[in-house]
Amino acid sequence: MVRWFKPFVFLACLGPLARLGWKAYMGRLGANPIEVITHSTGDWILIFLLVTLSITPLRKLTGQLWLIRYRRMFGLFAFFYAVLHFITYIWLDKFFDLHEMWADVSKRRFITVGFTGFVLLIPLALTSTTGWIRRLGGKRWQALHRLIYVSAIAGVIHYWWLVKADVSKPQQYAFVLSVLLGYRVVAWLVRRNRERKAASVLADRAEVAEG
Amino acid sequence: MLIKKADDIPSSEITPKSLYLNRRKFLTGTAAAGVAAVAAGVGLHEIASPSSVAQADAKIDGIQKSPFSTTEVITPYKDVTNYNNYYEFSTDKYEPAGLAKNFKTRPWTVTIDGQVKKKQVLDVDTIIKMAAPEERIYRHRCVEGWSIVVPWVGFSLSELIKRADPLPKAKFVEFTTLFDMRQMPGQRSHVLEWPYVEGLRMDEAMHPLTLLCFGMYGEVLPNQDGAPLRMVIPWKYGFKSIKGIVRIRFVDSQPDNTWHISAPSEYGFYSNVNPHVDHPRWSQATERRLGEFRKRPTLMFNGYDQVASLYSGMDLKKNF
Repeated sequence: MVRWFKPFVFLACLGPLARLGWKAYMGRLGANPIEVITHSTGDWILIFLLVTLSITPLRKLTGQLWLIRYRRMFGLFAFFYAVLHFITYIWLDKFFDLHEMWADVSKRRFITVGFTGFVLLIPLALTSTTGWIRRLGGKRWQALHRLIYVSAIAGVIHYWWLVKADVSKPQQYAFVLSVLLGYRVVAWLVRRNRERKAASVLADRAEVAEG
Repeated sequence: MLIKKADDIPSSEITPKSLYLNRRKFLTGTAAAGVAAVAAGVGLHEIASPSSVAQADAKIDGIQKSPFSTTEVITPYKDVTNYNNYYEFSTDKYEPAGLAKNFKTRPWTVTIDGQVKKKQVLDVDTIIKMAAPEERIYRHRCVEGWSIVVPWVGFSLSELIKRADPLPKAKFVEFTTLFDMRQMPGQRSHVLEWPYVEGLRMDEAMHPLTLLCFGMYGEVLPNQDGAPLRMVIPWKYGFKSIKGIVRIRFVDSQPDNTWHISAPSEYGFYSNVNPHVDHPRWSQATERRLGEFRKRPTLMFNGYDQVASLYSGMDLKKNF
């Protein structure tokens, strides 16, 4: 099922890029095409990050274990659109003037935070292969890949800080992100509580045994 | 057998070509008027009255050229009419063109009050006829970092101010946009303080470049571009050029303008185009002229150096 379905999901993930390309070809990107490309790629980074982050909660809540087999692909698509977004910025906004880019990154906090979010995705993309999971070991790999939380938060803040007055769209992303991260906090608290109880039961038994 | 010859149709019954070509526009216009009339519950005679029909696309007669015009390439009409920062309709620049379609620009009155000899409420058509219309091809620089070149139609605001006869106490002019949530859906959300307010110092308002505008590209101003009456102050960021004006008030102290209220550290009262003073969040050194690939350097006062004397001795970093 997954093997058969996955190529279609892959193609669907390329849809936003295809749509942009088609519109550009037809001259339908409006008065300010570069702005449209920047905003559209930016939106899709956030969407793919949120989709990636929703896999674990969905899997746990619905018991649909096969979902995990899409997570890497969605995460890599978030990175893919982040690369496009970054290229749009460095090429069409800064025209490869690295000095100017660095001035921007160090001076403008919305760019600082956006750039940070992008840079944090790079090690995750590089270590996304099965080989790297094995090399790092499950625990370490998982710890490293929790960077996606930071990256997603940085992405939403980046959006929030760049709008002029209407924060309604960044608010929507922030809401979904806080639900997805909130789920993890709750899950962690529940797990810790259970472990403590288990530990105290063990300790009680040990006492009984000693006494 | 009865075969009619072509000359059986009198020439008076042949539809003029221009009307024929416009039949769709006529039909949709009629349909829209019908729908609007039903919705508003007005009588049929009002539909027929030409003054209640939106006049966008109508040519303006007797437009004179102006020495203030630039010879730069004019931005295409479709860009200037489909890419609008008009938060009263939407915060999405591509939406006002559709949302403002049925905006009613007639009847329309403008209240002139405050520190003036005679307070009055003027019909917009009276104002438009105060002076001869001029075409002013101006550069227009948005605070967001894009720019356009637009052939506006209007006359210097000073023509109106002279006729309004302000008192010596009047030191500033305050403009207000229409507040009407039914017609302007963007006003239903609180992204900005409504109604939109802007202001100018009296000498800025009297400067010949300061344009009271009611048209562009030789035609009546489209709704999404600020019909029926707007300001155009070419050396200031676009948001100073307030749209849909219903009130012009002469005041003795500096008015608080909407964007300044929204973010005091980011938008000042003066908001002169200035490549040396960055917006706190982005650079103002360059701009993207719509239709151009590379960015171009932004000019001090948007290239209108003749206004520099208005600000001599002022710290423009402080008074941004």
